[in-house]
Amino acid sequence: MAKVLMKGNEAVAEAAIRSGCRHYFGYPITPQTEIAAYMAKRMPKIGGTFLQAESEISAINMVYGVSSAGRRVMTSSSSPGVSLKQEGISYLAGSDLPALVVNVQRGGPGLGGIQPSQSDYFQATKGGGHGDYHLIVLAPASVQEMADLTAKAFDLSDKYRMPAMLLADGTIGQMMEPVELPPETDGNAVEKPWAVTGTENKREHNIINSLYLVPEQLEVKNLERYERYKTVEQNEVMFEEYMTEDCDVCVVAFGIAARVSKNAITAARAKGIKAGLIRPITLWPFPKDIIAKTAERVKGFVSVELSMGQMIDDIRLAESCKKPVALCSRVGGMIPSPDEVLKAVEDMEGGKF
Amino acid sequence: MAYTQILIAGFGGQGVLFAGKVLAYKGLTENKQISWLPSYGPEMRGGTANCSVIVSDTPVGSPIVSEPDILIVMNLPSLDKYENAVVKGGYVFADSTLIERKVERKDVKAFYIPATKMARELGVPTLANMILLGKVIKETGAVSIDGLKDALVKTVSAKHQDLVEANLKAIEAGYRYEE
Repeated sequence: MAKVLMKGNEAVAEAAIRSGCRHYFGYPITPQTEIAAYMAKRMPKIGGTFLQAESEISAINMVYGVSSAGRRVMTSSSSPGVSLKQEGISYLAGSDLPALVVNVQRGGPGLGGIQPSQSDYFQATKGGGHGDYHLIVLAPASVQEMADLTAKAFDLSDKYRMPAMLLADGTIGQMMEPVELPPETDGNAVEKPWAVTGTENKREHNIINSLYLVPEQLEVKNLERYERYKTVEQNEVMFEEYMTEDCDVCVVAFGIAARVSKNAITAARAKGIKAGLIRPITLWPFPKDIIAKTAERVKGFVSVELSMGQMIDDIRLAESCKKPVALCSRVGGMIPSPDEVLKAVEDMEGGKF
Repeated sequence: MAYTQILIAGFGGQGVLFAGKVLAYKGLTENKQISWLPSYGPEMRGGTANCSVIVSDTPVGSPIVSEPDILIVMNLPSLDKYENAVVKGGYVFADSTLIERKVERKDVKAFYIPATKMARELGVPTLANMILLGKVIKETGAVSIDGLKDALVKTVSAKHQDLVEANLKAIEAGYRYEE
């Protein structure tokens, strides 16, 4: 298929539809509103549901309802709105329900600003809501990946019966790039014997629930869930390596920060500094092994983030603090320039960190 | 291998983002790698607007243009803000109807086009952006003038296809303009 020019947000919406999602619930917020606008235009034409809820809390609970009935469903928002959804996300996780939640991040905390940010990393990867749970967290770095990872997120979410989050940022959401859209699939063909679809007096009732008042039962639920999480960690890690084969300094960055870092690595190489990049595509499960392996042979790492330093903790854990990890970051909606990243790489190369 | 970084800036409503889209679509039809990144938010509602476009033979890294090879400005605040960001030997295109001062840098190629005045005289008062774009294409060759109509058909929304010809006319006027 020929490539088309699309905004990242629009690519998410179209890819979701092509993945069989026919139910979207949301509430407008910059910089993700194009997703809702696209759904509002398309869903009525294809027999789907677009519903602008009265709040983000309401929208996430509508997602819970549709997912319980076994259909593919999504919501999207930006940072402050995603905070509002956390209770519902925890309930989805506690009820073992698949769903896609898209966060096109903006600067925070609080109402923050509307410019791009990656400061919801902790919220996305460490729970966000209450209780022991994980989301599958995918971090697109291009409009193409906004489309591809949306399709992937639905598949993984169904496969492991857990909610997935697409963790983007304002830049990736707003920019246009050529994109080859994923093929149409009937995502609802996935068997969901647990769904509440009516028994027709032929089977026992299915119950979707996250309330377990008997602690022994609740413990079992948690243990079962973590067995599943272990499988996800073993099988679903995704990352990109860029010029790492001989690198002395390894940059770790995702999303827009990885794009900027690639420019810096090109500049560093031109100056004779062997720099490379590991770009986590899944933030949970985090690509621990490749970072541990890389730690054996590099001088150090530079974590480039649009936050005060969140992913840097996971890098340090992954490499067991064997090598120094420096932080290069801008916050509040600012984005580090390739020169700023280059300086951090040069400092690490020169042993200044 | 060409890696051309373009920054277009002006007031909201002057068609800054649209001009960028035309460049991006044209680049796409030429099988180039491209990216288009708008400023978004309060700027769109009457303040300054800008857009970063990269047209390249190699994959695009950061889509944010902070040191443009080509700067297109449609108001004075934008020239003041971005003049010093242009790379040495780069290009500056200014709408001289709206910007009275000259470019102070001596190490860039500056072009002054009375685009707003020309657009009025051509009977397409809202298309000063396209006139500037015509001159940009002529002087820089960032994209080719050939087949521009195909790109315009894609850029202009379905319900405004009747405006394709007017846009094309404005681009051609800019392309032919000599100071």
